[in-house]
Amino acid sequence: MSNAHANGTVVTASQLTRRYGEGETAVDALRGVSLEVASGKLTAVMGPSGSGKSTLMHILAGLDRPTSGDVTIAGHEITHLDDTALTKLRREHIGFVFQFFNLLPMLSAEENILLPLSIAGEKPDEEWLEELLKRTKIADRRSHKPSELSGGEQQRVAISRALVSRPTVIFADEPTGNLDSKTSGEILDLMRETVENLGQTTVMVTHDPRAAAIADRILFLNDGEIVKDLPRSEPAVVISTMEELSRS
Amino acid sequence: MIRFAIHSFFSRKLRAVLTALAIVLGVAMICGSFVLTDSMSNAFGAIYTQIYKNTDAVISGKSAISSSSQNAPPFSETLLPKVKALPGVKEAIGGVAGNAHLIGRNGKAISYGGAPNIGFSVDKNAPELSSITFASGTWPGPNEIVVDKRTAGNEHWNVGDTIGVQAEGPVRRMRLAGIFLFGGSTNIGGATLSGFEVGTAQRLFDKVGQLDQIRVQAKPGVSPAELVSQIQPILNPLNEQVRTGQGQAKKETDDTNANLSFLQDFLLAFGGIALFVGAFVIANSLSITIAQRTREFATLRTLGATRRQVLRAVLFESLLLGVFASLVGLGIGVALAQGLSSLFDAFGITLPRAGLPLETRTIIVSLLVGILVTVLASLRPAIRSTRVPPIAAVREGATLPEGRFAPYRGIGAALLAILGFAAIAYGLFKDNLGTTQILLWMGLGIVLVFIGVALFSSRLVRPLAAVIGWPGVQAGGSPGRLARDNARRNPARTASTAAALMIGLALVTVVAMLAQGIRTSFRDAVQQIFITDYAVEAQNNFDPLPVSIERAARSAPGVVAVSGVRTGDARILDENRTVTAVQPGASRVFRMNWEAGSQATMDTLGADGAFISHAFSKDHHLGQGSQITIETPRGDVEAFTIKGIFKPPPGGSPFGSLTISSNTFDRLFTQPQNIFTFVTMKDGVTPANTAALERVLEPYPNAKVADRDQFINDQISGLNTILNVLYVLLALSIVVSLFGIVNTLVLSVFERTRELGMLRAIGMTRWQVRWMISWESVITALIGAAIGIALGIVLAGLLAARLDFVAFDIPVGSLLIFAVAAIVVGLLAAILPARRASRLNVLEALQYE
Repeated sequence: MSNAHANGTVVTASQLTRRYGEGETAVDALRGVSLEVASGKLTAVMGPSGSGKSTLMHILAGLDRPTSGDVTIAGHEITHLDDTALTKLRREHIGFVFQFFNLLPMLSAEENILLPLSIAGEKPDEEWLEELLKRTKIADRRSHKPSELSGGEQQRVAISRALVSRPTVIFADEPTGNLDSKTSGEILDLMRETVENLGQTTVMVTHDPRAAAIADRILFLNDGEIVKDLPRSEPAVVISTMEELSRS
Repeated sequence: MIRFAIHSFFSRKLRAVLTALAIVLGVAMICGSFVLTDSMSNAFGAIYTQIYKNTDAVISGKSAISSSSQNAPPFSETLLPKVKALPGVKEAIGGVAGNAHLIGRNGKAISYGGAPNIGFSVDKNAPELSSITFASGTWPGPNEIVVDKRTAGNEHWNVGDTIGVQAEGPVRRMRLAGIFLFGGSTNIGGATLSGFEVGTAQRLFDKVGQLDQIRVQAKPGVSPAELVSQIQPILNPLNEQVRTGQGQAKKETDDTNANLSFLQDFLLAFGGIALFVGAFVIANSLSITIAQRTREFATLRTLGATRRQVLRAVLFESLLLGVFASLVGLGIGVALAQGLSSLFDAFGITLPRAGLPLETRTIIVSLLVGILVTVLASLRPAIRSTRVPPIAAVREGATLPEGRFAPYRGIGAALLAILGFAAIAYGLFKDNLGTTQILLWMGLGIVLVFIGVALFSSRLVRPLAAVIGWPGVQAGGSPGRLARDNARRNPARTASTAAALMIGLALVTVVAMLAQGIRTSFRDAVQQIFITDYAVEAQNNFDPLPVSIERAARSAPGVVAVSGVRTGDARILDENRTVTAVQPGASRVFRMNWEAGSQATMDTLGADGAFISHAFSKDHHLGQGSQITIETPRGDVEAFTIKGIFKPPPGGSPFGSLTISSNTFDRLFTQPQNIFTFVTMKDGVTPANTAALERVLEPYPNAKVADRDQFINDQISGLNTILNVLYVLLALSIVVSLFGIVNTLVLSVFERTRELGMLRAIGMTRWQVRWMISWESVITALIGAAIGIALGIVLAGLLAARLDFVAFDIPVGSLLIFAVAAIVVGLLAAILPARRASRLNVLEALQYE
C-alpha cells in the first residue's frame, strides 16, 4: 500500500548477533540470524521462550541494538542511527501492536488511534481514519475510554493505532497473548485482512500456533538461530514442528 | 512486621530521601531559629557580663513609668561624691552614654548594617571598671576620642588622626587618642563604639551635670549585697536605683532577651509554616506510594497479617522517616543558623553572635516536632493502607476501596474552609480580644482554611488544568495535550501536590498585599497631611534627630516654618502612650482634619494645651475642654486641657495619642528628640532652597534633606526590608513544596513506565518526553499558584477590612512575578523526573509491570 518496495523486501537483517552480559555469564540471545521480510506479507516468528524471538523483533524494530550485524528498514541502515533519528524512523516506517494493548487511559479510542500522528505533528487524513475505524469495527466506540472497552476492542484500537500512519511494517508482539480464544480469532482475522486488503507488511512474534497459521511464512527460532522456515501452514503442522524442535 | 517496615524503608532510598526533604527543611528552620537566637542571647549575655566584670554595684537612672533599663532618664552627678563617701566604697565612677555617629572618610556618618553607634564615657582613673583595653594609644583626655578596633581598621584611622563625631550637637572634630578592644574582641555585632572622657561625653550627649550610671567597686571584705544596702538609703527612689554588678548584667541581658524572644517566635513561625507544608508533601507522597504498593499489602494480608499489623508497619516506616529526617534537619539547622544571620546582615540587621550553640532544648524540640509531624501526616494514608483486601494480591489492577465518607469529602472540605474563615473573622472582628488570642484564632483559622481548600481543590483541578494547559496544547501539540491530561488524570494527587505550593504562595501574596496596602495608605496620608516642602531625616531614615538640627534648619534663608515632632512615652490614664509635641508654625506644615479645634490649635497650644486623636477621645470619652494628666519618665505629673481633636487618615498621622507644645515637652522630658523634622520654604522645593537647607545642615552629617517623594520612599524603605526578609523566609516553604512536586512526578513517572515505553516506541522523542513531564509540572505548579494567589487576596482583604492602615490594593506586578516564580518552580521540579522519563530504556519500560 504505502511502501515503495512493493513485491520487494522491506526489512533486511544480516548476521545478527546479540549477547547479553559479559564473560562467563554472557548469554547469546541471537547467534547470527539473517532474514528478509517480504513486502505485503505476514511473517510469523515462532519459538519456545528463550529462543530469541522477542530479541529478534526488538532489533528489527529498532528498539534494541544488535551486538553485530546490520538491519535495514525501507532502505535505511538503522543500527548506527542515534536515538532521535531512530525515533523519527519509527514514526515514519514502523507500527507496533503490543500484548497488553498499551493504550493511554485518559484518551478516547479515537485519540489513542491518532496519537502517533499527533506526536509526529501531522494532520490526520480524515477519510483514511474513517475507513480504518470501519475496517477495525470500532467506529461506534470511537469516543469511549479504554476502560470502557473490552480486551478485543482495545486490541482493535491498538491495531488501528499501528495502521494509522501507514507504516512500512507493523511489528506485533504476542498480539493475542492477553485475549481469550474467541477474541483471539477475531483479532487474527483482522490482522490477516489488513495484509490481504491493505497489503500491510507485518511481522508477528507469537507462540500461539493458531496465530502462526495465518502467516504467509513462519520462521522457527531456537537457541538464537533460525532452525526452520515454513511457508503458510496449517496449525497442526505448526504444532508438530514445534514439538519436533523441542525434542531435538 | 517491624523488619518488613525497616526493609521497605531502605529499599526505596530515593523516595525516602525526597519525602524526608520536606521535613528536613522545616526541622532545620526550627533548629536554626533556636541556634541563632541562643547565639545572640549568649553574645549579649557575654557583653553585659564583660561590662560589669569588676563592678560590685551599679546605680542607674529609673523611669517612673517603665521597668525597662533602656531609655531611663539620667540623674544628677551630685550623687557621685555622696557614693564615694560611703564606708564600703573603694572606687566609684560616673558615666554617660548616647548615640555618637562617627564621620567616615566620605564625610557621611558610619553605619554597619543598621547596628547602633554607641558612645560612652571611660575613666582612666579606674581602668578595671571599664571593659576596654587599648590595642594602640591610650585613654582619652578632654576633647579626645577613642574608637573600637574594627571601625578604626575599616576607616584606616591611626592614633593622632583628627576625626569627626556627631551626637546631640553639630559635628565636633577630636583627636583620636586610642584604639581599643571591647572585652577582648574587636567589636560587638556591627556597632561602632567610641569612648570619651566624662566631661566631654556629658557635653557631647547634652547631659552636662548629669549621669546615666555610677559603677562602684567595694572595699575588700565588703560583699556586693552589703554595698548595695549601703547605697540604697542615699538614693532618690523615684529616679535612681542600685543593683549588684551581676544583677545589673542579668537585668540588661533579660531586657535584651525579651526582644530576642520576639525574633525567635518570628523565625519559629516560619519553621512551622515549612513543616505544615512538609506535612502536605509527606501525606501526598505516602498516599501515592501506598496506592502503588497495594499488591504488596494485599500479599501481606494473604500471608496472615492483620489490619492492625499493616497499620503498625506503615506507621513504623513513617516513624523511621521522621527520625531520619529530623536528625538530618538538626544538622542542617546549625548551618542554617549561620545562613539566617548572613541573611539579616545582608538586609542591614546586624546583631552580635557567639558561636553556634546547640542546646538540649533545641535538640528535643526539633526532633519531637519533626517526628510528630511526619507520623501525623502519615496517619491518613496509613489507615487507607489497612483497607487493602487480600484479594487485591491476585487481581490485576486492583485499586484501593473508597472510604465510607468519600461522597461527603467535597462538602466536608468546603465546611472546613468556611469554619476556618469564620475563625479568622472572629479573631479579627471580635472586640476586646488580646493579641495572643487574636493570633491564635487567626492561626487556627488559616490552618483550617488551608486544609479545607487543599482538600476541596481536587474539584478545581480539571477546569484549572484545562485553562492553564491550553497554551501548552497549542504550542506543544501532543506532548502538551498529554501533559494536561496527565495532570487531570488523578485530580486528588495533582491537587494535594499543588496544595503545598498553594500555601506558600497564599502567604507570600498576603505579605505582598499587606505591604502594598500599607504603602498606599501611607502615601495617601502623607499627601493629605503634609503641606510642607522638605523633611530632614537621619541617614538611616528612622532614627530620631536631636533638636539642635531643627534649630539649624530654622536658620536657612527662605524658611517659612519648621516643625519637628518630638516624641516620648508617658503614662496617661494608666497606660503608657506616645506623647508628641509641635511648635507654633505647625499649621503651615501639617493639615489635619479637625473634629474639634482648628489648624490654629497647633500654633496656640501654650503651656498646658493639648490636642488628641479621635480614637483616643472615643476610648476615654474625652472632649474639648477636658482635663488630662500625664506622668513623665522622670516622674513629673502635669495637667493639660484638650483644645482640639483630629481625625487621622487611614494611613496614620505623625502624632501620638496626645500632642503638646514643644516648649512644654522640652521642660518635661530629658533629651528631647524629633522623630520627624519638616521645613516649609518660600517658593517650595527649588534647587536653591535644597542647597540652602543642605548648607545649614552641613555640621550634621547624620541628617539628610528629602523632598516629599523621597520622604515617602525613605519611610517605606524599612517596610521593603521587612518584606524582603519575609519573602526569603517564606521561600523556604516554597522550596519544600518544590520537593513535593519532584516527589509526585518521580512517583508518577515510575507508575507510567510502560506508558512512556509505548510512547517512545510509537515515535515520541526524548525531548518530547521531557517537555511533556515539565509541562505537567508547570501545570501543577500554576494550579497551586492560581488557588494560592486567589486565597491570599481573600485573606489580605479580610485583614484590610479590619486594619485601618492597610488599604485594599492589589500589587499586580508582584502577583505576576509570583506566577512566573511558580512556573520556575515547576520547571526546576521537573528536571530530575523529566530526565529519568526521557532516559527510560524503551524495551525495559515496555516489559515493565
